[in-house]
Amino acid sequence: MSTCCAPPSTAARRFARVTEILARHRHDPAALVPILQEVQEVYRYLPEEVMAYIATDLGLPPARVFGVATFYAHFALAPKGRFVIKLCDGTACHVKESQPILDALRQRLGLSERKTTTDDQLFTVETVSCLGACGLAPVMLVNDDVHGQMTPQSALQLVESLIAKHAKETP
Amino acid sequence: MPTTATATCTIDGREVAIAGQRNLLEAIRASGIDLPTFCYHSELSVYGACRLCLVEIEGRGVQASCTIAPEPGMVVRTQTPQLRRLRRTNLELLLANHQGDCACCDKSGSCRLQDLALRLGAQRGRFVRTVPERQPDRSSPAVHRDPGKCILCGDCVRVCDEVQGIGALDFAFRGERTVVQPAFGKPLAESDCVHCGQCSRVCPTGALIPANDVERAWQALSDPARCVVVQVAPAVRVALAEALRLPPHADALGLLAAGLRRLGAHRVYDTAFAADLTVIEEGNEFVRRWRHGERLPMFTSCCPAWVACAEKHLPDWLPHLSSCRSPQQMLASVLRRHPDAVGDPRPLTVISIMPCTAKKFEAARAEFCRDGQPDVDLVLTTQEAARLLASAGLDVARLDPEPADLPFGLKTGAAVLFGMSGGVATAVLRYASAVLGDGRLRHHDFRELRDGDGLRLAECALAGRTLRVAAVSGLSAARRLLSDLRSGRLAVDLVEVMACPGGCVGGAGQPVDHSGEQRLRRAQALVAADRSEVMRMSAENPAVGRLYETCLERPGSHTAEEWLHTRYQPRRRLGDLDLLFTQGERSGRLLVLACLGTSCHLRGGPRLVQQLIEAVEARGLQQRVEVRATFCLERCGEGPNVRVGERLVEQASVERVLAAIDEQLGNA
Repeated sequence: MSTCCAPPSTAARRFARVTEILARHRHDPAALVPILQEVQEVYRYLPEEVMAYIATDLGLPPARVFGVATFYAHFALAPKGRFVIKLCDGTACHVKESQPILDALRQRLGLSERKTTTDDQLFTVETVSCLGACGLAPVMLVNDDVHGQMTPQSALQLVESLIAKHAKETP
Repeated sequence: MPTTATATCTIDGREVAIAGQRNLLEAIRASGIDLPTFCYHSELSVYGACRLCLVEIEGRGVQASCTIAPEPGMVVRTQTPQLRRLRRTNLELLLANHQGDCACCDKSGSCRLQDLALRLGAQRGRFVRTVPERQPDRSSPAVHRDPGKCILCGDCVRVCDEVQGIGALDFAFRGERTVVQPAFGKPLAESDCVHCGQCSRVCPTGALIPANDVERAWQALSDPARCVVVQVAPAVRVALAEALRLPPHADALGLLAAGLRRLGAHRVYDTAFAADLTVIEEGNEFVRRWRHGERLPMFTSCCPAWVACAEKHLPDWLPHLSSCRSPQQMLASVLRRHPDAVGDPRPLTVISIMPCTAKKFEAARAEFCRDGQPDVDLVLTTQEAARLLASAGLDVARLDPEPADLPFGLKTGAAVLFGMSGGVATAVLRYASAVLGDGRLRHHDFRELRDGDGLRLAECALAGRTLRVAAVSGLSAARRLLSDLRSGRLAVDLVEVMACPGGCVGGAGQPVDHSGEQRLRRAQALVAADRSEVMRMSAENPAVGRLYETCLERPGSHTAEEWLHTRYQPRRRLGDLDLLFTQGERSGRLLVLACLGTSCHLRGGPRLVQQLIEAVEARGLQQRVEVRATFCLERCGEGPNVRVGERLVEQASVERVLAAIDEQLGNA
């Protein structure tokens, strides 16, 4: 029995958002992917219970919703960190040595290919196949911000600045 | 006079007529070349995934023939060196990730992967396995799942979705991590599965397979302290010969009875006896309801997968189901409750031999247990019965057929028809015509109820009214019928539903039949068996008559209700899953659990939940009340439902739930 660990009004607000998203898509099963995308923005991942709720609402078998959610790399089944770092490992970035950046990030944050989110839920580090910004290779995204021409050093500096930013915002 | 030139194409240099085949694969097979496939079933949508039906089409290169429409003038080759190499390579790639151990696999001997690997000369060892080891799922009493043996053909996914309308299984993840599994990777027993086992019927490998209880049967048969009673369902007798490799006309029931007695069974009874009993109970229930226009149409309840489907997916229709137990459970109940049914002082062990995987689930239902003791101890499928005989080394063909034991071995032709779609409705119509009418139709065939697939309808005039009957097989077809009933496009009085296409003859426990041709032959054999009986209307069964005289008094009596009838209830489709909405720090808060299952969802559940959360927060009750939502409180008829502490609030409104909260907090 899993729970979403949020203060009362957050959980209620999230549920209201989900019902609103479903209504806006007219409960149309064909809109499953955009619905999942929007719901993931609410929770930062797709909790099983919420997928079950979406399946009930759309009249789809839960196994189908789970199948779609696990097919696309975009969807997350476990909570992601506050800062989601997506390092590009497409051909251009790979050639421009994205691997040392990945190694440096994982080493700094204690992450691996299997463990992608830090225990304090602050960082998630994943690779993507192409961000479409090959001219800036090697590229990485932090949430929605693009950072180009990265090196292991600049990536680590960025991580430190994010940690400092988080410390300042949470007393 | 217009000349109708036959369209032809060329297959391996020979001119072949195209006669309306849906795809090139069928045209090639019709010409006598059995191209290999895993993912092609004529009853399912075309998937084109296994890449074994590859052919070379002049001007178009190599194509999967199942995905191509045959066109006049097409020049097709099926056996070039390149095609043979491609097919073999594709098969070897599948084999590389197949965690199979043929020597210990129940599917061995009827496995399509094994068969085609031999046929195509596949070699092991050219490719290494890339997928991690996967654990089998033995949670379901009906079907076992071993994803390590899965070749991802998707046959189970499509049969569950397209033919049964359930969708309990689907692909999850992608690439080499792809796996076919129930929602959220939960065990099959905690999914929306209804245990029909059709997934295991179409599975080409041992990845989905009927649960195997042969060893338990051996244990039961070798216990000298018990009297072992075996009952055999109608559809078993017309299919067992296939599994035992006997000639089709062999008296399989007689040979099975002889074989079972050799292995230690003390009595062998015919479930068809109880089918006659079912017809009388169900017929009377129907006539009563029909006269009073009560909960019509009435649905039959012999098929446990249909009952499970109604309970999990169609709770609104539950009041329409006949309250009759299935023949398997009726016979077992009589054997257990009748003071001298068997004439043996030892405690009974009841074994059923069924064409069905869902019967295993049915036997374990709490309704059919008394003091934790199930009426039916264990269920073997037709496949398992053959395996039991084989494991004893019995040369069944050399046995002399023996009759079933009396009195529960007597049956009418109507009862034998229970093994096929349309048969139960036919039997009930015969009975109703004898009770309500002049009895002229008491041996009538009602062919319109069994010819063809999907929905079949029949009418007959009785007691000055027209009685309209429908028979349907396949749960998707049943759901379409329900939606027609709901919208008023169709009106009938009695509906027979069988979950498996064609009825029990096509059950998942029957011998493996990759071509699907045996099902029709089995049904024809049942029709012939009915015609060969002198007694073809259930009330003509003298043993059933005697049972009423000695024990049951009359149909629907208090004893009959207790022994032969049951109740249904909505059941949740998903295991433990719920949504937490308000969170405080104090433990031991009052739990308010709102239902968001399908039925309550449609009755305004989400809005109610929203209002509840707001009301609880507005009153500052977060520290004392915990609001959660769940996916079924199993009271679908009364939704939306909310459980406040121990109290269930049906047809809930915010006011009534808040009142219940106040009451419980006040009490606390």
